[in-house]
Amino acid sequence: MSLLHIQDATRRFGKLVAVDHVSLKVEPGELRAIIGPNGAGKTTFFNLVSGFFPPTSGTILFDGRDITAMSPERRVQHGMARTFQITEIFPELSIADNLRIAVEVAAGLGTRAWLGASQRAAIGARVDELLEMGDLAAKRSRTVGALSHGDQRAAEIMMSLALRPRLLMLDEPTAGMGDQETYDIACLIRRLHRSERLSILLIEHDMRVVFNLADRIMVLAEGKVLAEGPPDDIANSEAVQRAYLGTSAA
Amino acid sequence: MTPIARRGFDIAVWVALLFMPYWMGAIGGYTELATRIVVMALAAMSLNILLGFTGVLSFGHAAYFGLGAYGTALTIKYLVPSTLLGMAVGIVTATAAAAVIGALIVKRRGVYFAMVTIAFGQVFYFIAFRWNAVTGGDDGVTDWHRMPIGLGPARLDIFGNDKIFYYFVLAIFAICVGLMAGLLNSPFGRTLLAIRENERRARFLGIPIERHIWLSFVVSCLFVSVAGCLYALLNNFTDPRALRFDLSGNLVIMAVLGGMRSFWGPLIGAAIFVALQDYVSSHTANWMSVIGLVFVLVVRFFPRGVLGVLRSRSSA
Repeated sequence: MSLLHIQDATRRFGKLVAVDHVSLKVEPGELRAIIGPNGAGKTTFFNLVSGFFPPTSGTILFDGRDITAMSPERRVQHGMARTFQITEIFPELSIADNLRIAVEVAAGLGTRAWLGASQRAAIGARVDELLEMGDLAAKRSRTVGALSHGDQRAAEIMMSLALRPRLLMLDEPTAGMGDQETYDIACLIRRLHRSERLSILLIEHDMRVVFNLADRIMVLAEGKVLAEGPPDDIANSEAVQRAYLGTSAA
Repeated sequence: MTPIARRGFDIAVWVALLFMPYWMGAIGGYTELATRIVVMALAAMSLNILLGFTGVLSFGHAAYFGLGAYGTALTIKYLVPSTLLGMAVGIVTATAAAAVIGALIVKRRGVYFAMVTIAFGQVFYFIAFRWNAVTGGDDGVTDWHRMPIGLGPARLDIFGNDKIFYYFVLAIFAICVGLMAGLLNSPFGRTLLAIRENERRARFLGIPIERHIWLSFVVSCLFVSVAGCLYALLNNFTDPRALRFDLSGNLVIMAVLGGMRSFWGPLIGAAIFVALQDYVSSHTANWMSVIGLVFVLVVRFFPRGVLGVLRSRSSA
């Protein structure tokens, strides 16, 4: 069974059809990239999947369950986590506290007014583990809003990972980054995909990143699926080159 | 602030509070003024759970302060002459009202939330103002006073002795403040910070935002009602002004003046506000314009409040 199965999703904003009858299956453990020119409907599609707003028509199945009308909070509890194109973090808190909040909420302790010593130790250990994994341990008590763009992005990804998701959705994780930062984030994503066997859905503009990381690629243009397949097929597809690659990566 | 500096500041605050009735006299104050500072500090710190630590502005907290005050006064006057029972009635009434009203308004945000808190607050003000037979209307609830508290064979004479009453208030303040500190330092408290910092991120971490804001509102109103109870006991009297929205505004001013991002900020703000009020109002009826001027200057030059300045100095 597919982990994520989207059937014929459409989203209209007035007369604009931002997402037009898009279907997609993501298998467990797969890293799927979504590419397409600006305005192709990639982020709108992400918002449908993560529950930011519902589709106008179509259904979304996650792990066989119909989540089309489910709130974002509930989707998180069922194992979905996402990052945003513009990094969303808790800017005035330390990196460790950013992660601690995610770990505590994921452990179902969000309404607890006190913790036992053993729980506190377990949470501390998990926070340390995530800091290590994201290469952020040295900056753990720094205020996250004062860090570099790349570190903030890494912190946001690790927060999402703290939720122990089965599907991690990354919206342009390397947007606005230099070469070194882009490379670091790509390595982090690859590491997480391999070591945690995470299913990842990725929107990305940097073609080096996409063709290096993705198992399969879906190309959107004007809200419709233009092509879908493994990276080699996509690179060789004439339709894709015409619509998209021709201008930037020829 | 470093953890050591913060611990030092905590100790300094408690030492100052512990001896306040004694050093107050030396700077021209008196015991009742010290008690009023502690009561208003408790109210402002309670409001700050919502304002400073959840990022939600309420202009209606006087309603729950006043319900605590009226619950206490009316219980002692008409039902049972017991200070503790009066307080219990006041706290339960106010918290129940906050739970119901909170559930109705928690979907509103920002200015809209603030506006509906005012509107609901004024409902209670007009009830108190109009329902003469029970509340005494504009004259308030008179002809009653706080009762000494029996402790087995001993008796705590909070009525006859100012200083004993001060320490009774301070003990309740300490319990409330301890609970608040624990709460803010718990997983629940951190979800409130998360909501303040970034509601979208909080939602996409799986935090049910409305439920947590509601809980924060109810807890905040519970503690503010404790302050209301103590305020009625302090004055042996309460009137509709304890419910009116200008008191809500004053609580917000205290929190912002002292620094709403720091735990003790509202205490400092309340001390400045109450002391200024006491001193200036003995010279002119327009004391509010002096407080307004101080407020404008603080907001202009120290946008993070008095304690916000200390904190950034010491971390620089």
